[in-house]
Amino acid sequence: MSESNIPVLEVKDLKKHFPIKKGLLRRTVGQVYAVDGISFSIKSGETLGLVGESGCGKTTAGRAVLRLVEPTSGTIEVGGTDITHLSKGELRPYRRQMQIIFQDPFSSLNPRMYAGDIVGEPLLVHGVSSAKERAEQVAALFARVGLRPAQMSNYPHQFSGGQRQRIGIARALALGPKLIVGDEPVSALDVSIQAQVINLLQDLQRERQLSYLFISHNLAVVEHISHQIAVMYLGRIVEYADTRSIFTRAQHPYTEALLSAVPVPDPAIKRQKRVLQGDVPSPVKPPSGCHFHTRCPYAVARCKIESPPLREIAPGHHVSCHLR
Amino acid sequence: MAIIDHDAALDRAGANVSSKWGQVWFLARRYPLGSVGAVLVIVFILTAVFADFIAPLDPTATNSRASLATPGSAYWLGADFMGRDMFSRIVHGARISLAVGLGATLLGGVLGVAIGLMSGYLGGWFDLATQRLMDIMQSLPLLVMALVMAAALGPSLENTIIAIAIPLVPTVARVVRSSTLSLREQPFVEAARAVGMGEMRIAVRHVLPNTLAPLIVLGTAQLGSAILTEASLSFLGLGIPEPYPSWGRMLSESAAEYVRTAPWLVVFPGIAISLAVFGTNLLGDALRDILDPRERT
Repeated sequence: MSESNIPVLEVKDLKKHFPIKKGLLRRTVGQVYAVDGISFSIKSGETLGLVGESGCGKTTAGRAVLRLVEPTSGTIEVGGTDITHLSKGELRPYRRQMQIIFQDPFSSLNPRMYAGDIVGEPLLVHGVSSAKERAEQVAALFARVGLRPAQMSNYPHQFSGGQRQRIGIARALALGPKLIVGDEPVSALDVSIQAQVINLLQDLQRERQLSYLFISHNLAVVEHISHQIAVMYLGRIVEYADTRSIFTRAQHPYTEALLSAVPVPDPAIKRQKRVLQGDVPSPVKPPSGCHFHTRCPYAVARCKIESPPLREIAPGHHVSCHLR
Repeated sequence: MAIIDHDAALDRAGANVSSKWGQVWFLARRYPLGSVGAVLVIVFILTAVFADFIAPLDPTATNSRASLATPGSAYWLGADFMGRDMFSRIVHGARISLAVGLGATLLGGVLGVAIGLMSGYLGGWFDLATQRLMDIMQSLPLLVMALVMAAALGPSLENTIIAIAIPLVPTVARVVRSSTLSLREQPFVEAARAVGMGEMRIAVRHVLPNTLAPLIVLGTAQLGSAILTEASLSFLGLGIPEPYPSWGRMLSESAAEYVRTAPWLVVFPGIAISLAVFGTNLLGDALRDILDPRERT
């Protein structure tokens, strides 16, 4: 297949800066550098895990990929087409190819709509106008995500959190997308339900050659589902490699610190914990040079001055650090 | 040990209700106050619609010999000083009150919802401009505005409705705008956007229905106050012109002169207004609960 050579999603130097406006005249007094030049790509049928602590810009990155927030600069290519500057109307056919699953299973479903209508809505918007046809497709989607088609005429509040997340997944699947952005799709669920939903996502991936951009702060979950992992810190990707390399040969000090915070279910293993000192600096005034130098245990003088580029230090393994 | 009667428990929860009438009956038992309100409103509406058949006499026909007649067999609720039958006037007054109440609430509500939704959803300079306009509208006293309107257009039913509707617009617009502001940031709105739904459609399909609950309460409360406002406007000669019967005018024009000598001229229109306002408020409260799917099981 020649198609598989073109990545489903290719993001280049994506930036999203939010202006801070103040005063009567709404003058721009500063910028929040939420996403500050990130690049990654996702192949068909693969998952990229985007990890980082809260406020590092991972959610904004996911939103920007779907053009739910307008990127400040950079390009987003979906299946080889640059969608960065498409108008709303031009973008519409590409909306079929990419969908989103939200973190909060409560606020992501309109409380006044029937579950069946929520899942059927993408079909309605994209021209499946016959109610019967929609109902059939929705019933099939319900069955696929593990809900009973009889529940189509229930309201969202009549479902549990896990079931609601399944409704959200069914809605995302309705248009037969190639890419699904999961914005912390399991973070709000109980651990047992998390496993079920992740298994469902993986089954769907195998079945439909889906690609996921899986945004999470939970490394254990990301390890389980991802083929590639990108670690974000303050709007930049600091390390980007396949899952195995990240978990066995992490190079960036920040990744090391994140990994050491993952609990290991074996009390016999004694590990050296690296607890980061201090807080994440403000994305309004990110530190000079390497963003991480304020908390990095190995920082040298150079780190404060020069921003390290994302270099390929081994095949497929990219790190942004002067010391590696 | 208590034995659980499952069927009875299910009945109470409304699980076995299938027919339309069964549902109505179930809701009536569940919301007794609401059903009282519903009955009052239905009686009110029926009276307005069938006023010609219910009223025994012409509400505008005067009779000098029956001036200030006491309630009795000839004049059930008495007669005013011009000898007009109070019962017939009250029955016909329901028509005026309903027209003014519904007309003003609907007109003000529709305008307010449209402005509030656009203002909250679009934001930016449009929001700023409309909000200042709403401030200006709210700062104008109702009676002054009605005076200007009556002077410019002449007192009539339509102008009364418009005069009462206008001050309603900013109130409704504020309520809708504030809920729109929080709703437009909800993930389900983003989901609709991710699907490629147009902004107008999102606003109407996803945002508007979620602003309705407070609106229904506001609307029914306004229905009552619109009836009251009509009364004060009519009293000042700015509302419904003579000789059409308006509860408000009946009440206000007789209150000063006849409250001691002929109390029925004050009491009965007063009861009519109270029941209509009370009924709409009770119904509104119940409707809010019923229409919100989260309140139902």
